[in-house]
Amino acid sequence: MDRESYRIIFSGSGGQGVITAAIVMAEAAALHNNLYAIQTQSYGPEARGSATRSDVIISSSEIYYPKVINPHILVCLTQEAYTKFSDTIIAGGLIIYDPYFVKPALSSDAVQQPYPMYDSIVSELNAPITLNICMLGAFTERTKIISEDSMLKVIEKRMPPKFIELNKSAFKIGVKLAKEVS
Amino acid sequence: MKKRIRFVQGNEAVVEGSLYAGASFFAGYPITPSTEIAEHFSVRLPQVGGKFVQMEDELSAMCAIVGASLTGNKSITATSGPGFSLKQEALGFAVMAEIPSIIVNIQRGGPSTGNPTHGAQGDVMQARWGTHGDHSMVVMTASSIQDVFRVTIDAFNIAETFRTPVILLLDEVVGHMREKLVIPEPGEIPIIERLRTSVRTGVDYHPYQPREDGRLPMSDFGGKHRYNVTGLFHDMWGFPTTKPHMVRKLLRHMVDKIECYSNRICQYKKYYIEDAETLLISYGSSARTAMEMVSYSRKRGRKVGLLELQTLWPFPAEVVRHSCINPASVVVVEMNMGQMVQQVKAAVDDPGKIYLCNRYDGEMINFENVKDTLRIIQGKGI
Repeated sequence: MDRESYRIIFSGSGGQGVITAAIVMAEAAALHNNLYAIQTQSYGPEARGSATRSDVIISSSEIYYPKVINPHILVCLTQEAYTKFSDTIIAGGLIIYDPYFVKPALSSDAVQQPYPMYDSIVSELNAPITLNICMLGAFTERTKIISEDSMLKVIEKRMPPKFIELNKSAFKIGVKLAKEVS
Repeated sequence: MKKRIRFVQGNEAVVEGSLYAGASFFAGYPITPSTEIAEHFSVRLPQVGGKFVQMEDELSAMCAIVGASLTGNKSITATSGPGFSLKQEALGFAVMAEIPSIIVNIQRGGPSTGNPTHGAQGDVMQARWGTHGDHSMVVMTASSIQDVFRVTIDAFNIAETFRTPVILLLDEVVGHMREKLVIPEPGEIPIIERLRTSVRTGVDYHPYQPREDGRLPMSDFGGKHRYNVTGLFHDMWGFPTTKPHMVRKLLRHMVDKIECYSNRICQYKKYYIEDAETLLISYGSSARTAMEMVSYSRKRGRKVGLLELQTLWPFPAEVVRHSCINPASVVVVEMNMGQMVQQVKAAVDDPGKIYLCNRYDGEMINFENVKDTLRIIQGKGI
């Protein structure tokens, strides 16, 4: 990792799987990459609204305060989430978004990185439900915080057996998208 | 053999800790933010031959675990603020009848239905005094997933050792956050099994006759012996009495069995206390924020320390008093309008140097809140 610790927010709308994505990411860090990781999420009415979020902190040293106030990396899968959370990012941070859902602000203190994830999984897999895992693929390749192997191990463990291959394909599409853009 | 390493919520760590301690019965009525405890027990207990019962309400759930415990099962229930209020009547029965039992309260904002999905620490006093009458209570808490697992086991051990209900007073933040949990091999953490009577079938068994060491051997209800259990003051057979000397003796016994062993029961963690000029005292999720402050300060050469309480009741007065002698100022960090701070003030020689840093709007108390408090104490303004 370039930094000692990363504060990350995954945001979108309820049902898009941003919480699952956050858990996969944090579990991969904690169980397979020998890092400290902690994951929290919004609950109740907040979690069911148009902008839900899950926070992840990954660090090479112990983590105390478990929530994210100003993220280094923000993932937005809906316009509402972008509108609600994009101001919280630290200057020089990274915002990852899908241009199918999000029209970003013209100026930002952060690097704004679009990946056409939704279009890719619809055209290649016809499975829009895998958007969250495709996003994890792009995230993994772009940030290099956690290894691809670790992420795939957790995906295999956490996903229902009959959807493992589909999700792995979505993950690889995400990796490919991030590679192409860079 | 490889240890089981998992990435779980605090609520799941309660379940795994309970199973490690040998729990075989859960009864509850699900309520946010404790629901995952019931959910995981409903899957895990049948796997180990235990029983899970969803009851019609919180009071009946408390009654069910008292009954199940009496028959020889290590028993537990889980709830949050509103349900905790409803359990108080049967919690008092468990105190009076001396039934080992574990009550988990994953605190949320209150009073009443309050703020179901947000953390708070407003039940510190209810846990101590929620049920009526004079009594002692053991109340424990933790701030990390690994500690939740460990403290859950300790709670069962204390419940069995002292024949008492034990309250696990966690909060929404700890209940819902996920961290790594290493589950030790069986035997790595000692488990206290129930002390059962050696009195044979057909011989008079006195369920409420303490041994010389004050402990009361139990007999699985419905098994070898017939005996009475009541919420009234009772004699050594368990039958009601109003004789003043017996009422006094029983109450004395119930309180002393906890208070006289508070040194053994009380658990806490000390971080950078020896040379601390500013001491933070905290517990539960607030202790994580306090520790963030300690870490930040020490990197800058400032002498800030933390006393993290894991046993809230019996209140570790001596440890608190001793830790507060040297620091110039002491700040209690908690998410309520000031409950534990009153205990700290009462315990120390100089209450004038005790300050409160708190938050009670549903948001977790954060680093800036603590920093602002320290700056004001130091006369720097915010």
